[in-house]
Amino acid sequence: MTIKTAKVQTIAQQAEAIAQKLNITKYDIYGSSVDETSAQVDKGEPKQVKASNRSSVIVRVWNDQNQIGVTSTTNVDETGLALALKTAYEASAFGVKENAPDFSPQATAPAAEVKIEKAEPASVPTLVETLVKAEKGVLQAHEAITSVPYNGIAQREIERFYLNSDGAQRSEERTYASIYLYGKTDQEGRKPRAAGAMRIKSGLSQLDVEGCTQEAADKTISHLDYEKIASGKYPVVFSAEAFLSLLSAFSNMYNAQNILDNRSLSTADSLGTQVASPLLSVYDDELHPENVASETFDGEGTPTRRLPLIEKGILKNFLHSAGTAKRMNAEPTGHASIGAKVSVGLNYLVVEAGDQADEAYQIDSADGVVLIDDLQALHAGVNALQGSFSLPFDGWLVKDGKRISVESATVAGDFREVLKGIQHIEPVAEVTAGGICPRVWVSELSITGEA
Amino acid sequence: MTAAIFEQPLRLAQIPSLNYTATTDKFDETWQAPLATLLGLGRAVGADFVEFFLERKNYISCLAEDDAITSISPSLVSGAGVRVFKGGSDCYVSTNDLSFSGLKDALEKGLAIMGLQIPGPQASISEINLEPLRDYGTRRGKDNWLASCPSMQTMGDVLLEANGALAKKADHVQARRAAYFRDWQEVLVASSDGTFARDVRLTQSVGFNLLCADGEHRSSIGERLGNTGDPSFLTAWDYTETAEKVAEAAGKMLYADYVESGNYPVIMANHFGGVIFHEACGHLLETTQIEKETTPFMNKKGQKVAHESLTAWDEGLSAEAFGTFDMDDEGMPVQRTLLIENGILKNFISDRAGEMRTGHPRTGSGRRQGYTHAAASRMRNTYIAPGEHTVEELFASVDKGIYCKKMGGGSVGPTGQFNFAVDEAYLIENGKITKPLKGATLIGEATEIMNKISMCSDDISLAPGFCGSVSGSVYVTVGQPHIKVDNITVGGR
Repeated sequence: MTIKTAKVQTIAQQAEAIAQKLNITKYDIYGSSVDETSAQVDKGEPKQVKASNRSSVIVRVWNDQNQIGVTSTTNVDETGLALALKTAYEASAFGVKENAPDFSPQATAPAAEVKIEKAEPASVPTLVETLVKAEKGVLQAHEAITSVPYNGIAQREIERFYLNSDGAQRSEERTYASIYLYGKTDQEGRKPRAAGAMRIKSGLSQLDVEGCTQEAADKTISHLDYEKIASGKYPVVFSAEAFLSLLSAFSNMYNAQNILDNRSLSTADSLGTQVASPLLSVYDDELHPENVASETFDGEGTPTRRLPLIEKGILKNFLHSAGTAKRMNAEPTGHASIGAKVSVGLNYLVVEAGDQADEAYQIDSADGVVLIDDLQALHAGVNALQGSFSLPFDGWLVKDGKRISVESATVAGDFREVLKGIQHIEPVAEVTAGGICPRVWVSELSITGEA
Repeated sequence: MTAAIFEQPLRLAQIPSLNYTATTDKFDETWQAPLATLLGLGRAVGADFVEFFLERKNYISCLAEDDAITSISPSLVSGAGVRVFKGGSDCYVSTNDLSFSGLKDALEKGLAIMGLQIPGPQASISEINLEPLRDYGTRRGKDNWLASCPSMQTMGDVLLEANGALAKKADHVQARRAAYFRDWQEVLVASSDGTFARDVRLTQSVGFNLLCADGEHRSSIGERLGNTGDPSFLTAWDYTETAEKVAEAAGKMLYADYVESGNYPVIMANHFGGVIFHEACGHLLETTQIEKETTPFMNKKGQKVAHESLTAWDEGLSAEAFGTFDMDDEGMPVQRTLLIENGILKNFISDRAGEMRTGHPRTGSGRRQGYTHAAASRMRNTYIAPGEHTVEELFASVDKGIYCKKMGGGSVGPTGQFNFAVDEAYLIENGKITKPLKGATLIGEATEIMNKISMCSDDISLAPGFCGSVSGSVYVTVGQPHIKVDNITVGGR
């Protein structure tokens, strides 16, 4: 049984009846259901189509000692709910006694009214045809592009809800579609080169497939003529995607749970301190109109919102759950994920564009600057607790305004020094799947080229 | 499950009235009849091949932070996936609904996606003749594994004791974590070639993560042990030994200098050092990479692809290793596969789709994270075989280089470029370790690095790992003896 058929109201009624039988007086439930279809193609033919309809709920139960137990399950019928509540109750005997999580005081506060565009799902043949056409477009863009080994098109319908035994009850539905294309070249005597692009919108008909195709092709072609780069210190320009990757990788800097766990680059006293160049302002804005996958409440039912993280270089706020907010005398901010230990995470980052263009920072006339398009292997090359990173990247060395693809190289540095070393933020921001950001110029970072 | 008896042949119109009653606590012989019917339906409609994968999972994790248990998190999962092949294409449909009608809906959705039309109500359905249940779940006391695993109370007690031991061993401690998980999984595979097989897996892992700080100096070191098939793994854990190892490494790295970037000869330690082969070569020997034409090794079988000193294996048989199991997720008994022998490429790692699309025979390597993923060719326990040298001989051959004692994670891109983070590194000068270094990343090309592994020592050691790829995250083992790479680019500052 899926949440779609069970409906939130039914789950709430069943949960209440089961809780009464088990003498459980305090509980909450977060659940979601995903109906998804995706396809991959290979040289004009469908390779694999996947469809999935899956649901899951996570229940939290408080015992009479106010200890909390948690269980998640994919079985959302009455039997599954009963087993989950019972197991969670058993687990509560081992729950934390100090600083035990509680309901969010904002679980019943009004959530933002957001206009949600829901799209009707496209047929599988339409998905496949769209992707085949896009693949063909990349392949035809240049004779050196011989394959699009990583490609995919997907559409998802997502339903999610939160309810608790105090009567809080929220739910919402959303759809979105996405496409990604990653072209690869093969030329005699040359190393293979690859690059890609992706797009996301609320439905297939809104998806800019042509733009994605063009970008994937252009980027792949731009890496055909590559050169080794000499190791050394270079001024670096981060693309929107690359800079957002760094901000996310070091999110412990603004994560209250990480701070309380002593696993952050910040401390509770860091608020109000200068952590970046005054040029930088960063917001977490889940409700931004460009955020296709925005959610109006978090895993604890707290409404999401626009939250200033860094303004003019000053650290302004931390991301909070109900529990961290209580411990740090703050408000929950709508960034919690429910669990045995509630975690806190970023939603949708918005880096404010700079005030004005500066003649000294024009990428098309720059010289000796490394433009980093995409940072790779962040799971391996980031030491978030030390603040350091050493990451492979796709990018170009810009010489007299001309971009020369960098064959293979890493960029290394300290995140805090990067923030303080920002020299310029361009006036036009780019919308990406993970947030909004202009190109960001940083004074100097270590680049290591492969010998 | 039981079913109403119908005279053969079964007609399509009769299927909705079949009265199957599912057993919910075990995948056993009673699943044979309904799955045989559904597989027959899939074939009757025109699919070349149909496979069902059923899964139940009982997972629990436990986390101790400093001197408190901060999380005990059970998770109960059940679901199924059906894969339909037609020509060179396939589709995969997954569902939480394990009822007969739920599985039938998933199958019909898959058939429709493949453009196969359900015939009229009088169409006859020949049930697939499934083999008698090949039940690996009854071996080695597997049916008692779940009941024999540690209780929540025991998990908490062991982790708190372990974290206490770590506190005693380490200096400048900022945060201590001890974490454990137990993943019990029951799977059933039935497919239209007659495969009908069940397995039970028990995977456990426990380890530390230690963060030390002294002013601006910081170090973080993790260490994880893994096991398959031993319910007493946690209670038998020698946490004092692990704590000593972690505390020593964190202490040495706390004041380490950043590595100076450049090209160096590198000695990579055994154990998790094997991640270099996993990333730089192992992934490129999976038939999924041949299908995508993203491996430089695709036409190199029988050719020299590595230094003659290098022999490498991938297998699922090493006792209690993290990538060990009795059958893969396509119902094939696990095997031992020679990948490279003395530098010559011998075999690829293949699954059903890989065999169909590339011609390389299946190796019992069809693996998946769970029912929401179709199986793909994936590594199991993958390692470089021991060589003839001693570790001392390797060090003695280096004038100035880097000793990578503890590797972090890494990845390989579509063009064969790889990268690895190094968690614990030391400078080698005149054959001796002189000082700790941090911030190193190793980068290179797979085809080039394999020819630069010029010396292997005789001290092979295996380590558990988690591998994420096309069919999700699976448990694997990496391993090797100490090896010498003649030169490699080291990214740093």
